[in-house]
Amino acid sequence: MQITEHKPLIVAFCCNWCSYAGADLAGNNRLNYPADVKIIRVPCSCRVNPMFVLRAFQKGADGVIICGCHPGDCHYTSGNYYARRRMAMLFSMLDYLGIERERTRVEWVSAAEGAKFSATMNDFVEKVTKLGKNKRLEDLRCKK
Amino acid sequence: MQKITTDALVQKAVELLNNNTVSYVLGWKKGEFDYDITPYVFKDEKTLKEEFIYSDFCGVNLSKYLVAKTKELAGKILVFLKPCDTYSFNQLLTEHRFNREKVYAIGIPCEGMLDIDKIKLNLEGISSIVETKEGVKVNTLDDKTIELEKQAILLEKCKNCKSKKHYAYDELLGEEGDVLDNNRFDEVAKLESMTAEERFEFWQSQLSKCIRCNACRDACPACTCEKCVFDNPNSGIENKSPANSFEEKLFHIIRAFHVAGRCTDCGECSRACPQNIPLHLLNRKFIKDINEHYGEFQAGLEVGQRGPLVSYTTEDVEPSDVFNKGE
Ligand code: SF4
Ligand code: SF4
Ligand code: FES
Repeated sequence: MQITEHKPLIVAFCCNWCSYAGADLAGNNRLNYPADVKIIRVPCSCRVNPMFVLRAFQKGADGVIICGCHPGDCHYTSGNYYARRRMAMLFSMLDYLGIERERTRVEWVSAAEGAKFSATMNDFVEKVTKLGKNKRLEDLRCKK
Repeated sequence: MQKITTDALVQKAVELLNNNTVSYVLGWKKGEFDYDITPYVFKDEKTLKEEFIYSDFCGVNLSKYLVAKTKELAGKILVFLKPCDTYSFNQLLTEHRFNREKVYAIGIPCEGMLDIDKIKLNLEGISSIVETKEGVKVNTLDDKTIELEKQAILLEKCKNCKSKKHYAYDELLGEEGDVLDNNRFDEVAKLESMTAEERFEFWQSQLSKCIRCNACRDACPACTCEKCVFDNPNSGIENKSPANSFEEKLFHIIRAFHVAGRCTDCGECSRACPQNIPLHLLNRKFIKDINEHYGEFQAGLEVGQRGPLVSYTTEDVEPSDVFNKGE
């Protein structure tokens, strides 16, 4: 690996009950996932307001992924169903504005799926790394 | 369709004022020029007769004014609604934004409203604009006259009018129309078929013109929150100058998203924008997506509809599958 390669910043919103536990399991099982992934724990995938996603991009994220319980398994019964509609609409809009679609993703990861968590993150980071820096969404005023 | 005249509306309004059905009349008031018309609350016969107008420049959707006016004023308010305004009227009622009891709604026909900006592209120094059969006759200060065809100078929202049918009223004046076939999603489809780079270029050039005046938000009948994130100086999106950064895109995505599933496609946002940004193309994208993935939905058809973004089915499409169109 070249040292000059762009290291992406990935924000992963993980619901407390499934995906965050899945990430924990991945750690316990010593399954690797890149350190570029910054996990933000949310009570449920439907806690993720479109503004969170956009704000992450505005502040320099190169990719945003939202992980929640599998449809039907949400701790609050239906939160992820709402999240699914919302994020489908939001990501489609980002695509419409010309933002690369590989920068956004929704993935359902249960507490038992440590391996899936690690595989998903590796794959996502790889795709986003290929895209390079997130030029289209950067906000000049948020630059340090 | 027989054209409804200002006189007919004034006569009706005076009648309802005098028999105490209503205490106020929310309508359109003449301005200094033929084209600068403002929404206004009339309180008496005299002002109505002198200053009320219903012309080709009454594009303003009056329904949103009911939110403030029904709270402010004690008596009942008469409001005139064009067909597309009735969708907003219903949507506001669905969201409990005003008290229906305090309003007397009269549906009036509309043959399409004109865009003064489009007229001004043709000439300067307008002294008067006279309606003709085919469009308008524009006279200028230096005694020039030109005739313009209506189709070319219609407001963006009227070019693709979705309906001449009223969905809410207490009384209807003139003939009732029909829901129209329209091509309102054509431009969205065109953008969808472009490459991501082209789309980005398109929106970058459009949205970087935004001066963040908030007129689109203020004019929108779906935007009625009393506290708005865009008024918060700590929001990080309160920039006011045209810029080429993500800031204004963030504003526009949030604005459009917040009304997704509630937007009736009334076109007020695009009409109000001083920078002529085609905001309706953002809203229509959401409407098109909703129609395609969650079933046909038109906001404002009836009071009490449940919006598509506050409901779900267990079979809904996965976000990653929504993309598989276009390219
Ligand atoms: S977003 Fe635009 S078209 Fe939709 S309701 Fe608001 S003003 Fe009307
Ligand atoms: S009305 Fe136009 S210029 Fe004003 S904030 Fe909206 S898009 Fe920007
Ligand atoms: S609690 Fe995991 S998605 Fe709702």
